[in-house]
Amino acid sequence: MDKAKQVGRLIALSLLLFSGAAEASWSDINMPQGVTAISHNVYELHMIIFSVCVVIGIVVFGVMIISMMIHRKSLGHEPADFHDNTRLEVLWTIIPIIILVVMAIPATKTLDAMYNSGKPDIKIKVEGYQWKWQYTYMNDDPSKVVKFMSNLKTPQDEIDNLAPKREHYLRDVDNPLVIPVGKRVEFLITSNDVIHSWWVPDFAIKRDAIPGFINTAWTVVDKPGMYRGQCAELCGKGHGFMPINVKAVSQADYDQWIAQKRDEAEKQYEIVGKTWTREELMKKGDEVYHTICATCHQPNGQGLPPAFPALAGSPIATGPIDAHINIVLHGKAGTAMQAFGQQLNAAEIAAVITYERNSFGNHTGDMVQPKEIDAKMKGGQ
Amino acid sequence: MSAVIEETHHDDHGHGPDKGLTRWLFTTNHKDIGTLYLWFSFLMFLLAGTFALVIRSELFEPGLQIVQPERFNELTTMHGLIMVFGAVMPAFVGLANWLVPPMIGAPDMALPRLNNYSFWILPFAFTMLISTQFMKGGGPDFGWTFYAPLSSTYSPPSTAFFVFAIHMMGISSIMGSINIIVTILNLRAPGMTLMKMPLFVWTWLVTAYLLIAVMPVLAGCVTMLLMDKYFGTSFFEAAGGGDPVLFQHVFWFFGHPEVYIMILPAFGVVSQIIPTFSRKKLFGYASMVYATASIAFLSFIVWAHHMFTVGIPLAGELYFMYATMLIAVPTGVKVFNWVATMWQGSLTFETPMLFAIAFVVLFTIGGFSGLMLAIVPADFQYQDTYFVVAHFHYVLVSGSVFAVMAAFYYWAPKWTGHMYNETLGKTHFWLSFIGMNVTFFPMHFLGLAGMPRRIPDYALQFTDWNMVATCGAYLFGFSQILFLFIVVQTIRGGKKATDRVWEGAHGLEWTLPSPMPYHTFTTPPTNMEEAHS
Repeated sequence: MDKAKQVGRLIALSLLLFSGAAEASWSDINMPQGVTAISHNVYELHMIIFSVCVVIGIVVFGVMIISMMIHRKSLGHEPADFHDNTRLEVLWTIIPIIILVVMAIPATKTLDAMYNSGKPDIKIKVEGYQWKWQYTYMNDDPSKVVKFMSNLKTPQDEIDNLAPKREHYLRDVDNPLVIPVGKRVEFLITSNDVIHSWWVPDFAIKRDAIPGFINTAWTVVDKPGMYRGQCAELCGKGHGFMPINVKAVSQADYDQWIAQKRDEAEKQYEIVGKTWTREELMKKGDEVYHTICATCHQPNGQGLPPAFPALAGSPIATGPIDAHINIVLHGKAGTAMQAFGQQLNAAEIAAVITYERNSFGNHTGDMVQPKEIDAKMKGGQ
Repeated sequence: MSAVIEETHHDDHGHGPDKGLTRWLFTTNHKDIGTLYLWFSFLMFLLAGTFALVIRSELFEPGLQIVQPERFNELTTMHGLIMVFGAVMPAFVGLANWLVPPMIGAPDMALPRLNNYSFWILPFAFTMLISTQFMKGGGPDFGWTFYAPLSSTYSPPSTAFFVFAIHMMGISSIMGSINIIVTILNLRAPGMTLMKMPLFVWTWLVTAYLLIAVMPVLAGCVTMLLMDKYFGTSFFEAAGGGDPVLFQHVFWFFGHPEVYIMILPAFGVVSQIIPTFSRKKLFGYASMVYATASIAFLSFIVWAHHMFTVGIPLAGELYFMYATMLIAVPTGVKVFNWVATMWQGSLTFETPMLFAIAFVVLFTIGGFSGLMLAIVPADFQYQDTYFVVAHFHYVLVSGSVFAVMAAFYYWAPKWTGHMYNETLGKTHFWLSFIGMNVTFFPMHFLGLAGMPRRIPDYALQFTDWNMVATCGAYLFGFSQILFLFIVVQTIRGGKKATDRVWEGAHGLEWTLPSPMPYHTFTTPPTNMEEAHS
């Protein structure tokens, strides 16, 4: 009787635990169904295999529990003497095989659908960095390639418990990836450094981002919304801090967004993306020199020494180009030479340096491209 | 065979253990070495467990509280490495040392000096590994799976120490397994045919072959890593013509058999214990042996199921999915056999039996999640989440670790001559059982809901279950102090154990006095009725 009481208590306790669990919403403890046909299939597959396991578990553990309840020495049960039964053993080898084959069929179908290579409407390169993502909307016209970094938005103070944690703590980025609903989007996934893994649970996509190799995945999202995921492969100390936000929008909204992004890209490309010819650089340089530099260095490049040194024949304008770039970008402390890296864009700086090195009797013959200047400006040099 | 035994026996006659430290340093006695292995493993278990508690404390709530991300990654790496190579594997080698000779009617292990070496390498290997925690630039922080290039180009300077520690552990394991194989194949008493060997001996024979096969692969893997990091090679570097995925293929070709190395001896332990407390012979002995061999074979051809997301072609994914699912068949046979052994028995529930039953139930739950993980499309959602963490802790903690604890309670009376305190033993069981489940069951939920593994901080919706898991971890962790107390108490004294110890126990080890004499069988036993079937 004592035992019965114990069992009763145990059942009460487990019910209590389960009711506690039931209060939590289902989505907090189960796989999301997601928003794509594939993610629905994956969810169903997950629920089928889970149910199969539950049923097998009930049978196996049921037999064990019955055995533990009635085949007890304390109840005077005498041990039987069997220790082999070929028919039974063959049976419980074959039945699992049948269950596995039945399981393998839908799994194979879903996997095949995932690997089905259709023609994508949009191709996006996803590149993992320690510890952020870079998204590149591929385009045959290099001036229209849209490319941006996507960083964690949560401030460090929230992580360090110095500020209250807001909704979507660690789950928001500054620049989400934007895709249209109903279109087949292909992701070309790779990495710049270590292995990362690009995971968006609502799309049932998880693909490793491997340096030097490109993995592909695709999705067609059914409904608009913000879908959140994060890096799933240990990639160093910032592994927990590189979330993924994908914003699925209507085609019209997407068109508007991408048009604006392309405009920006084109403008940027005009400045730093394309390769400038010497003539273009000299022309632009002439303009910039006479509006910005000529006030001090004079239109003829002779300057007004000692306050404003001459450029004609100067060691800077005829010496190594790096020193020249450096002084234009960062200025010279204690003199009137300002840091023009803060005031001019990369193209203007490249042009004016090229101009200065090939005018006023200077004939270095070299030139510098805006993209080189851009790299130096971004590199903080 | 008998000639070998007689020679050993003449040498050993009237020879007891040395006194003091030299007994342990120079010992060639299988029981002393077994004791050393078991204590070493227990120490490592407590150390790596402490790391786990720091990890769980950090994860109690969102935000960074106790450790910074760098240290967090070092802790997860050390926890994994020490638990696998320092706690679980040496524990089973310790059990093999204590049990294989008495179970097959041998006087000692076949290669006693090698036995000494294979143990004494370990403290040095682990001292070296743990010393990395105090080095400039930090310890290894790339997870116990140390995927390149995080572990090569981007790893801390202490990586070389990690590599050499792994080499030493590998040498130790290989020497240990050679010894076990030679002992089992050459030192069986006359009449102890292979198909009469206790299942524990069988599972260890298979495990030892697995070890010999894959430890060199691990050594190759860490050596290539070392070359990449320090000598400018590009095995795993795409820029130099290598492939980071190659690393994972090599690692998991070692890694998958490794997980069976950690569970097969546990199967053996449970297959000894369940018949004893069911007072009934093991059901399907032969099929148990075949299932063990099948699992070992399959373990070599399923490695890429750890890598479903690296971008394997469709045919590859399908092959590895089907092959992995197949493992469920022999594993199922084992579980059914244990259940059938209990069926119609005359069951009693002493501590070893409680641990063994918990093993069958919880290992099966871990097997179920393993089956789920084999389904590739679903695995894309499970991979690298807490679902995986839950899965492998179910098979490793309630699998391997519970089996080691069961083995202690079952054989300690034979080893020490004293019964353990049954009330304390049962208390330890229930605390461990509840603690283990409260810790790891909620991790299934966390993983499914989208929490990746190996992160020091998490989004707010994961808070509740992380808190539950942390509470469970404290319960489980601190219960092991009780285990330590029980172990010491049993060694120091307690009710005198009979030779048979357990009413339903069968096997040659139970024909020896309790405690076992320093030298096991000085003359080969003849009563093979005691052996299985």
